Amino acid sequence: MSTTPHSTAGVAAPLPHGGHGAAAQGSHGDQGHGHNPDLAHHFDTPVQQFDAGKLGIWTFLVTEVLFFSGLFCAYSIWRSLHPEAFMYAHHYLDTKLGATNTVVLLFSSLTAAWSVRCAQLNQKRGLVVCLALTLMCAFGFLGIKFVEYSHKLHDGIGWGESYQPHNPKLFTTLTPSGHYKGGKYVSEIAAERGLAVAGVPYADLDAPGKLAIANELRTEFLPEPPTVRTFFSIYYGMTGLHGVHVVGGILVYIWLLVRALRGRFHSGYFGPVDYAALYWHLVDLVWIYLFPMLYLIH
Amino acid sequence: MSNTHLHAGDAAHGHNAIAHVASIKVLVGVFVLLLILTGVTVGAVFVDLGALNIWIAMGIATVKALLVAMFFMHLAYDRPFNGIVFIASLVFAGLFVSVLLLDAREYKPNVDSYRALSPLVPSSSN
Repeated sequence: MSTTPHSTAGVAAPLPHGGHGAAAQGSHGDQGHGHNPDLAHHFDTPVQQFDAGKLGIWTFLVTEVLFFSGLFCAYSIWRSLHPEAFMYAHHYLDTKLGATNTVVLLFSSLTAAWSVRCAQLNQKRGLVVCLALTLMCAFGFLGIKFVEYSHKLHDGIGWGESYQPHNPKLFTTLTPSGHYKGGKYVSEIAAERGLAVAGVPYADLDAPGKLAIANELRTEFLPEPPTVRTFFSIYYGMTGLHGVHVVGGILVYIWLLVRALRGRFHSGYFGPVDYAALYWHLVDLVWIYLFPMLYLIH
Repeated sequence: MSNTHLHAGDAAHGHNAIAHVASIKVLVGVFVLLLILTGVTVGAVFVDLGALNIWIAMGIATVKALLVAMFFMHLAYDRPFNGIVFIASLVFAGLFVSVLLLDAREYKPNVDSYRALSPLVPSSSN
């Protein structure tokens, strides 16, 4: 049981919550010498409770690092064995969107770290604002990701065997250092040459029709490295797993925001805000590596 | 740490009885540094340094990761044990990637000669 001296004055009225049953006796801020409603029975002090939770979340983050490392392995092996596929395929990725998402995620890390500070200092309005901003950034990140994915899938750039691009970029030059130069999209070439199937111009064709024109044009240009589809398997695998983590973060932050609005967090109890922020920072850390690995291939 | 309940005065002075409070100066400063490093890593793409480019990009990413881990994740002020646990995971992830990479490169000639012999396997262009 708690042996700590209780100073009730000035404490931001910790509300009792259901989980403590009979122990949560006080209900109007003044806990008297009763049980601290924010302290689980099996901990002696809030510090011990906080440190135990923190070690728990760090252990979870360790499993996350190892979870992601499998995909980092796949990436390293494929890039080391087939650098040409990466040199070719990065032309399909939009660096501006990738950089925007990096900034969005970095800003959300700032607000997540700031939310911990607010909770620690009893700044309840600041806490709500920081949590809401973090949540908004997470949605913004997913929105940009959705634009990228849907644009690619619309052009037939899927993973593995669903990689059937009907508007690929075709190149004329391969520099000695392995750069593809002189690239033009099939849609541009088709428009220049007025290519059509049975009187229907390229732009109005369905996907198989466009694919037929694209495959015909390919023969005039540099051959595409055969492992490009694997690049996209890795691209979707890595960004997809990361995206799932963003969705997980959104669920956690909605829960935090609801509890923050109810005034559940204060300087004596802010563990969940801190733990969620640590998870969110790890999601940011993974993206810090994914961005140059996928979008900044030179 | 016997005083587990905070006095209002502590909060007003930016202190917390349970854990270290990051100052606004540090939080915003780290954020600005992260933005600058993001700009540098995007800009570095336009300078062709051959094989060095990927190491520069990974180096900048690691500096960014350290900033996030030390300040946003509080490892600079935390109990060292949490940092040791985290670093251990990075060491094992590094071991995982590097040993598998060595292995894959070791057997690349075998894979290539198999590809060249087998009509069923699409041959690699390079």
